[in-house]
Amino acid sequence: MTDNIIITGFGGQGILFAGKILAYTALVKGKQLSWLPSYGPEMRGGAANCHVIVSDEPVGSPIIITPNILISMNKPSLDKFENDVLPGGTIIYDKTLIDRDIKRNDVKIVPVEATGIATKEAKANMANMIMIGALLKNTEIFTLEEIRAGVEKAVPPTKKDLIDYNMKLIERGYNL
Amino acid sequence: MSEKVLMKGNEAIGEAAIRSGCRHFFGYPITPQTELSAYMAKKMPKIGGVFLQAESEVAAINMVYGAAGAGARAMTSSSSPGISLKSEGISYIAGADLPCVIVDIVRGGPGLGGIQPAQSDYFQVTKGGGHGDYHLIVFAPNSVQEIVSLTADAFNKSEEYRVPAMILGDGTLGQMMEPVDFDSVPEPKKADKSWATTGTGLKREHNIINSLYLSPEALEKTIIERQKRYDIIKEKEQRYEAHDIEDADIVVTAYGTTSRVVESAVKTLRSEGLKVGVIRPITLWPFPDKIFAEAAKTAKAFLSVEMSMGQMVEDVKIAVNGKAPVYFFGRTGGIIPTPQEIIEEVRKIAGGLK
Amino acid sequence: MAIVFQKPHALTDAPFHYCPGCTHGICHRLVAEVLDELGVEGNAIGVAPVGCAVMAYDYFNCDMQEAAHGRAPAVATGIKRVHPDKVVFTYQGDGDLAAIGTAETVHSAARGENITIIFINNTIYGMTGGQMAPTTLPGQVTQTSPYGRDIKTQGNPIRVCEMLSTLDGPSYIARVALDSVPNIKKAKASIKKAFQNQIEGKGFSLVEVLSTCPTNWGLSPIEAIKRLQKDMLPYYPLGVYKDIDNENK
Repeated sequence: MTDNIIITGFGGQGILFAGKILAYTALVKGKQLSWLPSYGPEMRGGAANCHVIVSDEPVGSPIIITPNILISMNKPSLDKFENDVLPGGTIIYDKTLIDRDIKRNDVKIVPVEATGIATKEAKANMANMIMIGALLKNTEIFTLEEIRAGVEKAVPPTKKDLIDYNMKLIERGYNL
Repeated sequence: MSEKVLMKGNEAIGEAAIRSGCRHFFGYPITPQTELSAYMAKKMPKIGGVFLQAESEVAAINMVYGAAGAGARAMTSSSSPGISLKSEGISYIAGADLPCVIVDIVRGGPGLGGIQPAQSDYFQVTKGGGHGDYHLIVFAPNSVQEIVSLTADAFNKSEEYRVPAMILGDGTLGQMMEPVDFDSVPEPKKADKSWATTGTGLKREHNIINSLYLSPEALEKTIIERQKRYDIIKEKEQRYEAHDIEDADIVVTAYGTTSRVVESAVKTLRSEGLKVGVIRPITLWPFPDKIFAEAAKTAKAFLSVEMSMGQMVEDVKIAVNGKAPVYFFGRTGGIIPTPQEIIEEVRKIAGGLK
Repeated sequence: MAIVFQKPHALTDAPFHYCPGCTHGICHRLVAEVLDELGVEGNAIGVAPVGCAVMAYDYFNCDMQEAAHGRAPAVATGIKRVHPDKVVFTYQGDGDLAAIGTAETVHSAARGENITIIFINNTIYGMTGGQMAPTTLPGQVTQTSPYGRDIKTQGNPIRVCEMLSTLDGPSYIARVALDSVPNIKKAKASIKKAFQNQIEGKGFSLVEVLSTCPTNWGLSPIEAIKRLQKDMLPYYPLGVYKDIDNENK
């Protein structure tokens, strides 16, 4: 079993951090994995994406051409990656920021009011956690319990108080 | 076995270097290798080591020259344009027979080029870069875990032969995170460094670290002596990973990140029944020519896949020595070939073989 | 029989290759005497430049490294960071230090790198046969300023001591000359202080030594000394440009 996940949006939305949580969760679970960020001259506001592969076998190419899971947090990135998703795959997108419907009819479509809920209940830049919650709910990749172990590893030791904060929003996304 | 942690390739180089006894790192910022400098800046002061951000790549490599000449395990890192600047110093280091490790996380060129991954500096690192008859031992890992073991090897082999060593990666390898442990790093070997400038203590003749020989006879003698060491390295230190070459019609070869893409492609091709094998050079210098010569006895064709316009393919051709056609496929400028492109390339070659 | 004069221990027996009348020999001797007097020869590591003093590694009895052109301060930095307890010095000419190696010079000074730099300023590239140097005086004829240095097209000379003394890093910056016995004595005292500062951990020291190049100036040794006095001293005033000991008083 291999999950090829592309997480994508603007810099500043916590795209890479969301990927890190998935990578650490895979690590704790004893899976093979790779985490590959896009990198560019802009630090904030530019396009950001992150390729995470979680597999039972050694990871070949860390570059994902055809993801089975796309987590999209802005319109330009959805436009760019929508057609790459494997038939039968899953597209989870931030409905607050993407004001169009998904054109594909051969994939599972999960719209999430991530930024809307995060802005109202926490901070806009926590929408990434809502998206992870939705991922867990709509795929078999990890359980809530497993993801907690990943969050514990991904959060820097100096910011341990953020573990529960993140988990709360992941659970919020899970229970939508 | 210790617990695996997630680390970026660039950071893993730093940790492996520290565990290999490196306590002197001289850096200069350039994308996409900067995480290594940042890691060293964070760690070195806490373990009594030295991290120094130099005023240029030129200064950094010359600090390595001084530190290596003074007997330390010294390291510097950069990416393509910075390696061009360091090439002067690298030539002097080679000429003075100093061991050290240089990291090159390659990006697209020429000129300022781009910042995305590339392999277009193969010629630079294996055939010179700087002036004069010299070589570096060039290690090309393809995973974060392999980065760790090869960094340790780079320090040890460099000191064993008194030849500078290079870790050649690319932007993808430097930036990606994979699970890694450091069990493969051996205790640093104690090399004889009686040649180093450590102060005579008035107890011995003075040591001189130098690459200048004004008499042609003397210069030729040192070059020939060094060449003998190169010959031993070529004989003993060729490294590669190979699989499925015994029955292969087509042998695909690639190093570094590209080899990961090739593995994905070959998996598909073999599932279709095509007899495809893989040779992955781990040392680029010495180039693992023996395994290519061996494979050329039975293989009907070779394909070199690179993120360049065709550089390693020249060494493949020399090694195959006309026994089979050698094809090339590459993307460049920061573009990574896709498995599908490689699959189509191999199918085309297979079609021609029938 | 009493010994009244002998070669410093810190010099090897290798005969200097310098031209007759060149002041490199005097400066080598001064550095070696200082190493002897401070008792640090066995503890010293020198860095030779590219230029006329390239073979300095054969002349000094201490451990030596030969640097690429202009890179001696970087090489010295590498050595010093490995052996902070050793006495590390460079010996560089004006092309090496003030043209191709400007960045290394300025930044090792700015870092306050605890090394000693002996800087020979003879206003010309000697080893390559007399080309214009960054310190070549306005109007001075060289192979590459055959009509005299024209500052409109060839720029102005660099006064290294004045420039470096604006930095916070250096502990001691001085300019001396080798044109007379009193000045040679002062030069030695400056060189000694520059080494002492390092031993005491005070940081970067540089002594600029105004020197002659009779061969490339096309003068006899005596005429060369006179030229140093007449043309160089007004443009490059002698003196201490920075001394943290005085600042702290």
